Amino acid sequence: MIAVGIAFAVTMLGLSSLLGPRKPTPEKLAPYECGMPPVGDARERQSVKFYLVAMIFLLFDIEVAFLYPWAMALRDLGWAGYVQVLLFMLLLLAGYVYVWRKGVLDWGAEST
Amino acid sequence: MNQAVVAEVVILVAVFHALLLSAAAMVWVERKVAAWLQQRHGPTLVGYAGLLQPFADIIKLIFKEELRPAAADKWLFYLAPAISAACSFAAFAVVPFGAETTFFGLLDEPVKLQVADVNVAVLVIFAIGSMSVYGIVLAGWASNSKYSLLGALRSSAQMISYELSYGMALASVLVMANSMSLTEIVNAQDGAWFGFIPRWFIFVNPIGALIFMTAGVAETNRAPFDFPEAEQELVAGYHTEYSSMSFALFFQAEYVNMVTVSAVTTDLFLGGWHGPLIPESFGWIWFLVKTGFLLFFYVWMRWTLPRYRYDQLMAFGWKVLLPLSVVNLLLTSAWVIYFGF
Repeated sequence: MIAVGIAFAVTMLGLSSLLGPRKPTPEKLAPYECGMPPVGDARERQSVKFYLVAMIFLLFDIEVAFLYPWAMALRDLGWAGYVQVLLFMLLLLAGYVYVWRKGVLDWGAEST
Repeated sequence: MNQAVVAEVVILVAVFHALLLSAAAMVWVERKVAAWLQQRHGPTLVGYAGLLQPFADIIKLIFKEELRPAAADKWLFYLAPAISAACSFAAFAVVPFGAETTFFGLLDEPVKLQVADVNVAVLVIFAIGSMSVYGIVLAGWASNSKYSLLGALRSSAQMISYELSYGMALASVLVMANSMSLTEIVNAQDGAWFGFIPRWFIFVNPIGALIFMTAGVAETNRAPFDFPEAEQELVAGYHTEYSSMSFALFFQAEYVNMVTVSAVTTDLFLGGWHGPLIPESFGWIWFLVKTGFLLFFYVWMRWTLPRYRYDQLMAFGWKVLLPLSVVNLLLTSAWVIYFGF
Protein backbone atom coordinates (compact mmCIF):
# COMPACT_ATOMS: atom_id res chain seq x y z
CA MET A 1 0.00 0.00 0.00
CA ILE A 2 2.90 2.36 0.76
CA ALA A 3 4.40 1.47 -2.63
CA VAL A 4 1.08 2.09 -4.36
CA GLY A 5 0.75 5.39 -2.54
CA ILE A 6 4.24 6.52 -3.52
CA ALA A 7 3.67 5.41 -7.11
CA PHE A 8 0.42 7.37 -7.21
CA ALA A 9 2.09 10.50 -5.82
CA VAL A 10 5.02 10.31 -8.24
CA THR A 11 2.71 9.69 -11.21
CA MET A 12 0.52 12.63 -10.30
CA LEU A 13 3.46 14.98 -9.77
CA GLY A 14 5.05 13.86 -13.04
CA LEU A 15 1.78 14.21 -14.92
CA SER A 16 1.20 17.75 -13.77
CA SER A 17 4.78 18.79 -14.49
CA LEU A 18 4.37 17.38 -18.01
CA LEU A 19 0.97 18.89 -18.72
CA GLY A 20 1.13 22.15 -16.82
CA PRO A 21 2.52 25.34 -18.35
CA ARG A 22 5.87 26.59 -17.14
CA LYS A 23 6.45 30.32 -17.44
CA PRO A 24 8.40 31.33 -14.35
CA THR A 25 8.95 34.97 -13.53
CA PRO A 26 10.91 36.27 -10.53
CA GLU A 27 7.69 37.50 -8.93
CA LYS A 28 6.00 34.13 -9.27
CA LEU A 29 8.94 32.36 -7.70
CA ALA A 30 9.14 34.64 -4.69
CA PRO A 31 7.70 33.27 -1.43
CA TYR A 32 4.19 34.52 -0.73
CA GLU A 33 4.07 37.49 1.57
CA CYS A 34 0.72 39.10 0.84
CA GLY A 35 2.05 40.81 -2.28
CA MET A 36 4.92 42.60 -0.56
CA PRO A 37 8.51 41.87 -1.53
CA PRO A 38 9.70 39.21 0.93
CA VAL A 39 11.60 40.50 3.93
CA GLY A 40 14.62 38.48 4.99
CA ASP A 41 14.85 34.72 5.19
CA ALA A 42 12.10 32.50 6.54
CA ARG A 43 14.44 30.18 8.39
CA GLU A 44 14.96 32.35 11.40
CA ARG A 45 14.85 31.66 15.09
CA GLN A 46 11.48 30.42 16.26
CA SER A 47 9.83 30.47 19.64
CA VAL A 48 11.59 28.14 22.07
CA LYS A 49 8.15 26.81 23.07
CA PHE A 50 8.13 24.51 20.06
CA TYR A 51 11.35 22.82 21.19
CA LEU A 52 10.03 22.43 24.72
CA VAL A 53 6.86 20.82 23.42
CA ALA A 54 8.95 18.46 21.30
CA MET A 55 11.00 17.48 24.34
CA ILE A 56 8.10 16.78 26.68
CA PHE A 57 6.40 14.96 23.83
CA LEU A 58 9.39 12.61 23.64
CA LEU A 59 9.15 11.82 27.36
CA PHE A 60 5.43 11.14 27.29
CA ASP A 61 5.56 9.29 24.01
CA ILE A 62 8.09 6.84 25.39
CA GLU A 63 5.75 6.38 28.32
CA VAL A 64 2.92 5.53 25.94
CA ALA A 65 5.21 3.12 24.10
CA PHE A 66 5.98 1.43 27.43
CA LEU A 67 2.31 1.19 28.25
CA TYR A 68 1.42 -0.80 25.13
CA PRO A 69 3.17 -4.04 26.14
CA TRP A 70 1.89 -3.51 29.67
CA ALA A 71 -1.65 -3.16 28.36
CA MET A 72 -1.26 -6.44 26.50
CA ALA A 73 0.09 -8.31 29.52
CA LEU A 74 -2.26 -6.71 32.03
CA ARG A 75 -4.40 -9.81 32.64
CA ASP A 76 -1.31 -11.85 33.55
CA LEU A 77 0.38 -9.17 35.64
CA GLY A 78 -2.70 -8.40 37.71
CA TRP A 79 -2.58 -5.94 40.58
CA ALA A 80 1.22 -6.16 40.99
CA GLY A 81 1.75 -4.83 37.47
CA TYR A 82 -0.96 -2.25 38.03
CA VAL A 83 0.71 -0.85 41.14
CA GLN A 84 4.06 -0.71 39.37
CA VAL A 85 2.62 1.33 36.53
CA LEU A 86 0.82 3.50 39.05
CA LEU A 87 4.17 4.28 40.72
CA PHE A 88 5.70 5.00 37.32
CA MET A 89 2.82 7.36 36.59
CA LEU A 90 3.31 9.11 39.93
CA LEU A 91 6.98 9.72 39.11
CA LEU A 92 5.93 11.09 35.76
CA LEU A 93 3.28 13.21 37.45
CA ALA A 94 6.02 14.99 39.42
CA GLY A 95 7.70 16.00 36.17
CA TYR A 96 4.35 16.94 34.66
CA VAL A 97 3.51 19.23 37.59
CA TYR A 98 6.96 20.81 37.37
CA VAL A 99 6.55 21.48 33.65
CA TRP A 100 3.08 22.88 34.23
CA ARG A 101 4.23 25.19 37.05
CA LYS A 102 7.16 26.38 34.92
CA GLY A 103 4.62 27.57 32.36
CA VAL A 104 5.76 25.39 29.48
CA LEU A 105 2.16 24.51 28.73
CA ASP A 106 1.01 28.15 28.65
CA TRP A 107 0.97 29.67 25.22
CA GLY A 108 -0.98 32.81 25.96
CA ALA A 109 0.33 36.23 26.89
CA GLU A 110 3.62 36.15 28.77
CA SER A 111 2.67 35.74 32.40
CA THR A 112 6.03 34.97 34.00
CA MET B 1 -2.73 -20.35 -2.54
CA ASN B 2 -2.92 -18.68 -5.94
CA GLN B 3 -6.49 -17.70 -5.26
CA ALA B 4 -5.48 -16.03 -2.03
CA VAL B 5 -2.83 -13.95 -3.79
CA VAL B 6 -5.28 -12.87 -6.47
CA ALA B 7 -7.83 -11.98 -3.80
CA GLU B 8 -5.18 -9.94 -1.96
CA VAL B 9 -4.30 -7.99 -5.09
CA VAL B 10 -7.96 -7.41 -5.92
CA ILE B 11 -8.62 -6.12 -2.41
CA LEU B 12 -5.56 -3.86 -2.57
CA VAL B 13 -6.59 -2.32 -5.87
CA ALA B 14 -10.19 -1.98 -4.72
CA VAL B 15 -9.23 -0.31 -1.44
CA PHE B 16 -6.84 2.06 -3.20
CA HIS B 17 -9.50 3.19 -5.63
CA ALA B 18 -12.11 3.34 -2.92
CA LEU B 19 -9.85 5.67 -0.95
CA LEU B 20 -9.25 7.90 -3.97
CA LEU B 21 -12.97 8.00 -4.71
CA SER B 22 -13.81 8.61 -1.07
CA ALA B 23 -11.49 11.62 -1.03
CA ALA B 24 -13.27 12.99 -4.09
CA ALA B 25 -16.65 12.17 -2.59
CA MET B 26 -15.71 13.82 0.69
CA VAL B 27 -14.77 17.04 -1.11
CA TRP B 28 -18.24 17.03 -2.65
CA VAL B 29 -19.95 16.10 0.63
CA GLU B 30 -18.03 18.78 2.46
CA ARG B 31 -19.09 21.48 0.02
CA LYS B 32 -22.68 20.29 -0.12
CA VAL B 33 -23.10 19.99 3.65
CA ALA B 34 -21.43 23.35 4.16
CA ALA B 35 -23.83 24.82 1.65
CA TRP B 36 -26.87 23.30 3.37
CA LEU B 37 -25.72 24.52 6.75
CA GLN B 38 -25.37 28.00 5.34
CA GLN B 39 -28.56 27.85 3.24
CA ARG B 40 -26.75 27.87 -0.08
CA HIS B 41 -26.77 25.37 -2.93
CA GLY B 42 -23.10 24.45 -3.18
CA PRO B 43 -21.73 23.06 -6.45
CA THR B 44 -24.53 22.43 -8.95
CA LEU B 45 -23.08 22.98 -12.42
CA VAL B 46 -20.79 20.01 -13.15
CA GLY B 47 -22.79 16.80 -13.37
CA TYR B 48 -25.98 16.02 -11.45
CA ALA B 49 -26.05 18.19 -8.29
CA GLY B 50 -22.39 19.01 -8.85
CA LEU B 51 -21.32 15.40 -8.34
CA LEU B 52 -18.54 15.65 -10.92
CA GLN B 53 -17.12 18.84 -9.40
CA PRO B 54 -14.19 17.10 -7.63
CA PHE B 55 -13.13 15.42 -10.87
CA ALA B 56 -13.30 18.72 -12.73
CA ASP B 57 -11.15 20.22 -9.98
CA ILE B 58 -8.56 17.46 -10.29
CA ILE B 59 -8.35 17.81 -14.07
CA LYS B 60 -7.98 21.55 -13.70
CA LEU B 61 -5.23 21.13 -11.11
CA ILE B 62 -3.27 18.74 -13.35
CA PHE B 63 -3.14 21.37 -16.08
CA LYS B 64 -2.09 24.17 -13.76
CA GLU B 65 1.41 25.56 -13.53
CA GLU B 66 3.63 24.06 -10.88
CA LEU B 67 5.31 26.87 -8.94
CA ARG B 68 8.33 26.25 -6.77
CA PRO B 69 9.76 29.26 -4.90
CA ALA B 70 13.27 30.08 -6.10
CA ALA B 71 14.72 29.69 -2.61
CA ALA B 72 12.97 26.40 -1.92
CA ASP B 73 14.75 23.12 -1.38
CA LYS B 74 13.93 21.27 -4.59
CA TRP B 75 13.97 17.67 -3.42
CA LEU B 76 12.30 18.20 -0.09
CA PHE B 77 9.69 20.38 -1.77
CA TYR B 78 8.52 17.48 -3.91
CA LEU B 79 9.19 14.82 -1.29
CA ALA B 80 6.80 16.37 1.22
CA PRO B 81 3.50 15.89 -0.67
CA ALA B 82 4.62 12.41 -1.70
CA ILE B 83 5.19 11.49 1.95
CA SER B 84 1.82 12.90 2.94
CA ALA B 85 0.00 11.00 0.21
CA ALA B 86 1.85 7.72 0.77
CA CYS B 87 1.28 7.83 4.55
CA SER B 88 -2.41 8.51 4.12
CA PHE B 89 -2.80 5.41 1.95
CA ALA B 90 -0.51 3.24 4.03
CA ALA B 91 -2.44 3.71 7.25
CA PHE B 92 -5.63 2.29 5.77
CA ALA B 93 -3.85 -0.90 4.70
CA VAL B 94 -4.17 -2.46 8.15
CA VAL B 95 -7.80 -1.46 8.72
CA PRO B 96 -10.21 -4.40 8.38
CA PHE B 97 -13.59 -3.43 6.98
CA GLY B 98 -15.54 -6.66 6.98
CA ALA B 99 -15.69 -10.19 8.35
CA GLU B 100 -13.87 -13.07 6.65
CA THR B 101 -15.63 -13.92 3.44
CA THR B 102 -15.42 -16.33 0.52
CA PHE B 103 -17.24 -13.87 -1.79
CA PHE B 104 -20.32 -16.15 -1.95
CA GLY B 105 -18.34 -19.32 -2.55
CA LEU B 106 -16.13 -17.82 -5.22
CA LEU B 107 -13.03 -18.69 -3.20
CA ASP B 108 -12.21 -21.98 -1.52
CA GLU B 109 -10.67 -20.37 1.56
CA PRO B 110 -12.19 -17.34 3.26
CA VAL B 111 -10.08 -14.16 3.07
CA LYS B 112 -10.03 -11.24 5.44
CA LEU B 113 -11.41 -7.98 4.10
CA GLN B 114 -8.31 -5.90 4.64
CA VAL B 115 -5.17 -5.22 2.65
CA ALA B 116 -2.64 -6.47 5.17
CA ASP B 117 -3.47 -8.55 8.23
CA VAL B 118 -0.97 -7.28 10.78
CA ASN B 119 -1.29 -8.54 14.33
CA VAL B 120 0.02 -5.23 15.71
CA ALA B 121 -2.25 -3.13 13.47
CA VAL B 122 -2.81 -0.59 16.21
CA LEU B 123 0.93 0.10 16.42
CA VAL B 124 1.18 0.44 12.64
CA ILE B 125 -1.55 3.07 12.60
CA PHE B 126 0.09 4.91 15.47
CA ALA B 127 3.48 4.82 13.71
CA ILE B 128 2.18 5.97 10.33
CA GLY B 129 0.24 8.71 12.05
CA SER B 130 3.54 9.98 13.44
CA MET B 131 5.24 9.67 10.04
CA SER B 132 2.72 11.93 8.37
CA VAL B 133 4.07 14.76 10.53
CA TYR B 134 7.19 14.55 8.34
CA GLY B 135 5.20 15.50 5.26
CA ILE B 136 3.97 18.67 6.94
CA VAL B 137 7.28 19.67 8.54
CA LEU B 138 9.23 19.09 5.32
CA ALA B 139 6.65 21.04 3.34
CA GLY B 140 6.97 24.00 5.66
CA TRP B 141 10.76 23.84 5.80
CA ALA B 142 11.36 23.28 2.09
CA SER B 143 9.07 26.11 0.96
CA ASN B 144 11.26 28.70 2.69
CA SER B 145 8.25 30.91 3.24
CA LYS B 146 7.39 32.39 6.61
CA TYR B 147 3.76 31.34 6.56
CA SER B 148 4.65 27.81 5.56
CA LEU B 149 7.27 27.44 8.24
CA LEU B 150 5.02 28.84 10.96
CA GLY B 151 2.14 26.66 9.84
CA ALA B 152 4.33 23.58 9.80
CA LEU B 153 5.77 24.29 13.25
CA ARG B 154 2.35 24.90 14.69
CA SER B 155 0.76 21.87 13.18
CA SER B 156 3.61 19.56 14.17
CA ALA B 157 3.41 20.85 17.74
CA GLN B 158 -0.34 20.27 17.64
CA MET B 159 -0.06 16.79 16.17
CA ILE B 160 2.54 15.55 18.62
CA SER B 161 0.59 17.04 21.53
CA TYR B 162 -2.60 15.24 20.62
CA GLU B 163 -0.78 12.08 19.62
CA LEU B 164 -0.27 11.36 23.34
CA SER B 165 -3.96 11.38 24.20
CA TYR B 166 -4.61 9.44 21.02
CA GLY B 167 -2.13 6.77 22.10
CA MET B 168 -3.50 6.63 25.65
CA ALA B 169 -7.07 6.18 24.42
CA LEU B 170 -5.80 3.44 22.11
CA ALA B 171 -4.09 1.73 25.05
CA SER B 172 -7.37 1.65 26.98
CA VAL B 173 -8.94 -0.21 24.05
CA LEU B 174 -6.02 -2.65 23.99
CA VAL B 175 -6.61 -3.34 27.66
CA MET B 176 -10.28 -4.08 27.08
CA ALA B 177 -9.81 -6.24 23.99
CA ASN B 178 -6.53 -7.81 25.14
CA SER B 179 -5.27 -7.71 21.56
CA MET B 180 -3.42 -5.43 19.19
CA SER B 181 -5.04 -6.85 16.08
CA LEU B 182 -7.90 -4.70 14.83
CA THR B 183 -9.79 -7.79 13.67
CA GLU B 184 -9.70 -9.25 17.17
CA ILE B 185 -10.62 -5.89 18.70
CA VAL B 186 -13.68 -5.79 16.46
CA ASN B 187 -14.59 -9.37 17.26
CA ALA B 188 -14.35 -8.60 20.98
CA GLN B 189 -17.28 -6.23 20.42
CA ASP B 190 -19.56 -8.87 18.95
CA GLY B 191 -22.94 -9.61 20.55
CA ALA B 192 -25.11 -7.55 22.83
CA TRP B 193 -25.93 -7.07 26.51
CA PHE B 194 -29.47 -7.86 27.62
CA GLY B 195 -30.15 -8.65 23.98
CA PHE B 196 -30.32 -5.08 22.73
CA ILE B 197 -27.34 -2.94 23.81
CA PRO B 198 -24.50 -3.74 21.37
CA ARG B 199 -21.24 -4.62 23.13
CA TRP B 200 -19.42 -1.75 21.47
CA PHE B 201 -16.54 -0.24 23.37
CA ILE B 202 -18.08 3.21 23.13
CA PHE B 203 -20.66 2.07 25.70
CA VAL B 204 -18.03 0.54 27.98
CA ASN B 205 -15.51 3.32 27.66
CA PRO B 206 -17.32 6.48 26.50
CA ILE B 207 -14.58 8.79 27.80
CA GLY B 208 -11.95 6.88 25.87
CA ALA B 209 -14.06 7.11 22.73
CA LEU B 210 -14.55 10.83 23.22
CA ILE B 211 -10.82 11.40 23.78
CA PHE B 212 -9.95 9.29 20.76
CA MET B 213 -12.33 11.15 18.49
CA THR B 214 -11.22 14.57 19.73
CA ALA B 215 -7.56 13.67 19.31
CA GLY B 216 -8.38 12.16 15.93
CA VAL B 217 -9.86 15.45 14.75
CA ALA B 218 -6.73 17.24 15.94
CA GLU B 219 -4.48 14.64 14.29
CA THR B 220 -6.15 15.15 10.94
CA ASN B 221 -5.93 18.93 11.36
CA ARG B 222 -9.64 19.45 10.96
CA ALA B 223 -11.77 22.23 12.42
CA PRO B 224 -12.04 23.23 15.21
CA PHE B 225 -8.37 22.22 15.33
CA ASP B 226 -7.40 23.28 11.79
CA PHE B 227 -4.46 25.46 12.82
CA PRO B 228 -2.18 24.53 9.95
CA GLU B 229 -4.71 26.26 7.72
CA ALA B 230 -5.78 29.11 9.93
CA GLU B 231 -6.48 31.28 6.90
CA GLN B 232 -6.85 34.52 8.79
CA GLU B 233 -3.36 34.36 10.26
CA LEU B 234 -1.32 31.92 8.18
CA VAL B 235 -2.72 32.25 4.62
CA ALA B 236 -2.77 28.49 4.00
CA GLY B 237 -0.25 27.20 6.52
CA TYR B 238 2.25 24.61 5.43
CA HIS B 239 0.98 24.38 1.84
CA THR B 240 0.96 28.11 1.11
CA GLU B 241 3.60 27.71 -1.58
CA TYR B 242 2.15 24.61 -3.17
CA SER B 243 0.17 24.72 -6.36
CA SER B 244 -1.14 22.37 -8.99
CA MET B 245 -0.90 18.63 -8.28
CA SER B 246 1.42 18.85 -5.28
CA PHE B 247 -1.25 20.94 -3.56
CA ALA B 248 -3.86 18.41 -4.61
CA LEU B 249 -1.81 15.63 -3.00
CA PHE B 250 -1.90 17.45 0.36
CA PHE B 251 -5.61 18.00 -0.04
CA GLN B 252 -6.20 14.37 -0.93
CA ALA B 253 -4.04 13.24 2.00
CA GLU B 254 -6.14 15.30 4.39
CA TYR B 255 -9.37 13.70 3.22
CA VAL B 256 -7.96 10.17 3.12
CA ASN B 257 -6.64 10.69 6.66
CA MET B 258 -10.13 11.68 7.71
CA VAL B 259 -11.52 8.49 6.19
CA THR B 260 -8.83 6.42 7.91
CA VAL B 261 -9.41 7.95 11.33
CA SER B 262 -13.16 7.43 10.97
CA ALA B 263 -12.62 3.82 9.90
CA VAL B 264 -10.26 3.18 12.82
CA THR B 265 -12.72 4.77 15.24
CA THR B 266 -15.43 2.52 13.84
CA ASP B 267 -13.26 -0.54 14.37
CA LEU B 268 -12.11 0.46 17.84
CA PHE B 269 -15.26 1.84 19.42
CA LEU B 270 -18.30 1.28 17.23
CA GLY B 271 -18.03 -2.47 16.77
CA GLY B 272 -16.68 -2.41 13.21
CA TRP B 273 -18.84 -4.54 10.94
CA HIS B 274 -20.99 -5.96 13.74
CA GLY B 275 -24.53 -4.76 13.91
CA PRO B 276 -28.11 -5.96 14.02
CA LEU B 277 -30.32 -6.93 11.04
CA ILE B 278 -27.57 -7.41 8.48
CA PRO B 279 -25.93 -10.88 8.21
CA GLU B 280 -22.22 -11.15 8.95
CA SER B 281 -21.22 -11.52 5.29
CA PHE B 282 -22.74 -8.13 4.53
CA GLY B 283 -21.18 -6.58 7.62
CA TRP B 284 -19.23 -4.12 5.50
CA ILE B 285 -22.51 -2.28 4.97
CA TRP B 286 -22.60 -1.55 8.70
CA PHE B 287 -18.96 -0.54 8.51
CA LEU B 288 -19.72 1.91 5.69
CA VAL B 289 -22.73 3.33 7.52
CA LYS B 290 -20.80 3.93 10.73
CA THR B 291 -17.76 5.37 8.97
CA GLY B 292 -20.02 7.54 6.85
CA PHE B 293 -21.76 8.86 9.92
CA LEU B 294 -18.43 9.76 11.54
CA LEU B 295 -17.31 11.50 8.35
CA PHE B 296 -20.54 13.48 8.25
CA PHE B 297 -19.92 14.35 11.88
CA TYR B 298 -16.48 15.71 10.92
CA VAL B 299 -17.95 17.97 8.26
CA TRP B 300 -20.84 19.01 10.46
CA MET B 301 -18.41 20.00 13.21
CA ARG B 302 -16.19 21.98 10.86
CA TRP B 303 -19.02 24.21 9.73
CA THR B 304 -20.56 24.58 13.17
CA LEU B 305 -17.71 25.26 15.56
CA PRO B 306 -15.32 28.22 15.41
CA ARG B 307 -11.59 27.60 15.54
CA TYR B 308 -9.82 27.52 18.88
CA ARG B 309 -7.10 29.97 19.76
CA TYR B 310 -3.64 28.44 19.66
CA ASP B 311 -2.99 28.78 23.39
CA GLN B 312 -6.42 27.25 24.06
CA LEU B 313 -5.51 24.35 21.79
CA MET B 314 -2.25 23.60 23.56
CA ALA B 315 -3.78 24.12 27.00
CA PHE B 316 -6.66 21.78 26.16
CA GLY B 317 -4.35 19.10 24.79
CA TRP B 318 -1.83 19.13 27.60
CA LYS B 319 -3.88 20.19 30.62
CA VAL B 320 -7.22 18.52 29.99
CA LEU B 321 -7.01 15.75 27.43
CA LEU B 322 -3.72 14.20 28.55
CA PRO B 323 -4.53 13.87 32.30
CA LEU B 324 -8.04 12.72 31.42
CA SER B 325 -6.72 10.01 29.12
CA VAL B 326 -4.20 8.80 31.71
CA VAL B 327 -6.91 8.60 34.39
CA ASN B 328 -9.21 6.87 31.92
CA LEU B 329 -6.54 4.31 31.10
CA LEU B 330 -5.85 3.61 34.79
CA LEU B 331 -9.56 3.27 35.60
CA THR B 332 -10.16 1.01 32.62
CA SER B 333 -7.29 -1.29 33.52
CA ALA B 334 -8.38 -1.42 37.17
CA TRP B 335 -11.86 -2.38 35.97
CA VAL B 336 -10.43 -5.05 33.70
CA ILE B 337 -8.29 -6.56 36.46
CA TYR B 338 -11.11 -6.48 38.99
CA PHE B 339 -13.96 -7.79 36.84
CA GLY B 340 -11.95 -9.75 34.33
CA PHE B 341 -13.47 -7.85 31.42
